[in-house]
Amino acid sequence: MKVMLLAFLSAAAIAVLADFALDRAGFSAREVTSGPSVRLD
Amino acid sequence: MSVRGIRILSAAILALGLAATAPLAQTVEGGAEDPRAATGGAQTLEDILARQRGEKIDDSFRRGETGDPASAADPSEQLGTLGGVSDPELWRALRYGEASVTVPTSAPAAGVVIQDGGMRWLKFREGPLLIYGGYGLIAMIAVILLFFLLRGRIRIEGGRTGQTVRRFGALERFGHWLMAGSFIVLALTGLMILFGRIALIPLLGKEAYAPLAAAGKWAHNNFSWAFMAGLALVIVVWIGHNLPNRHDLVWLAKGGGLFSKGVHPPARKFNAGQKIVFWAVVVLGLSISLSGLSLLFPFELPMFAKTFEVLNATGLPQLVGLGPLPEVLGPHQEMQLAQAWHGIVAFAFIAIIIAHIYLGSIGMEGAFDAVGSGEVDVQWAKEHHSLWYEEVTGAAPDHPPGAPAE
Repeated sequence: MKVMLLAFLSAAAIAVLADFALDRAGFSAREVTSGPSVRLD
Repeated sequence: MSVRGIRILSAAILALGLAATAPLAQTVEGGAEDPRAATGGAQTLEDILARQRGEKIDDSFRRGETGDPASAADPSEQLGTLGGVSDPELWRALRYGEASVTVPTSAPAAGVVIQDGGMRWLKFREGPLLIYGGYGLIAMIAVILLFFLLRGRIRIEGGRTGQTVRRFGALERFGHWLMAGSFIVLALTGLMILFGRIALIPLLGKEAYAPLAAAGKWAHNNFSWAFMAGLALVIVVWIGHNLPNRHDLVWLAKGGGLFSKGVHPPARKFNAGQKIVFWAVVVLGLSISLSGLSLLFPFELPMFAKTFEVLNATGLPQLVGLGPLPEVLGPHQEMQLAQAWHGIVAFAFIAIIIAHIYLGSIGMEGAFDAVGSGEVDVQWAKEHHSLWYEEVTGAAPDHPPGAPAE
């Protein structure tokens, strides 16, 4: 059962890391769907 | 004949002539009746209603009508206009992607101002996908319930021995649970997003559903990576054990022993039922991952035009009456097809996994231990995977006549 719990924790960790990494890599919706000529605020 | 008689006869001939030529006025070249004669060739109310119903209409009669500035009268002339393109022609050009559009962002597909395939996609998403998908899942649960009522829990017929044998190592179980845990998150959040408008908003209200949907979207997008990692790991560690062999035919012929007590077809590490689940997970998992990636990176990974091109080359779509599939698709059409396919595959995947979860837990005594602790009871191993048990323990062949899958 330890392996199962470790896998579940790993899935959650991968999810958090993926969100962070994609955001840092410029794949946020804000960055992808916008440009310097677009005012978002 | 009197003058009055001649007038009546003339009127009758004229009426007959008009009646005879009226249908001709409503025909086009080739003799077919022109359904748009009443509007002078423009679209009719029926065209508009058909489009709003999400039906595909043949728009070739208006697609090219986007104006012709080159042959327009010069602005200095009496009937000259600026540009030579009317407003309807301009909007039509925008709609069919013929207009030259400049937008202040380089975002993909931002230049598509109007896309008219959205209604068909929305109707499919809110209609057949939800209805058939939802009933499909209910049907699968009903079948399992019926099976449980008729067959009951599949017991270890020889009873537990208390001795165990290692069935799956840590890496195998880790891959299984990485994929399984993320799959459950993805399935629940996917269903929550898909059924939100018709099921959850009426139940919870929009205020309560909104944060739930936002959290569900975050989880669905980001747990997908764990699922893909788990899928890759499972394929690597188990593909070798899931290649078909001659024992599978025997196992299938005996229904895996699922439907009768005392029947235990011999099987190696995985029996035919488990192999079916494995290959279904591989095929559906890869397919749903590809369409998911296409959705995660909008407009960056179009896949359907190329897929349709390959399918058309095989002749299969034509064979089943779908005709040649479109090989040129707009960016939004690609996204709509990716979403629709993602949903279709997801429902099939969830239905199969519901059956797998049942047989791997309450449906069969001792099955959960294989992926829980990794150790299974020796008697369970002998009944369900006799050939594998002999391989790993070196025990003498003692085949019970059949064993069900978990």
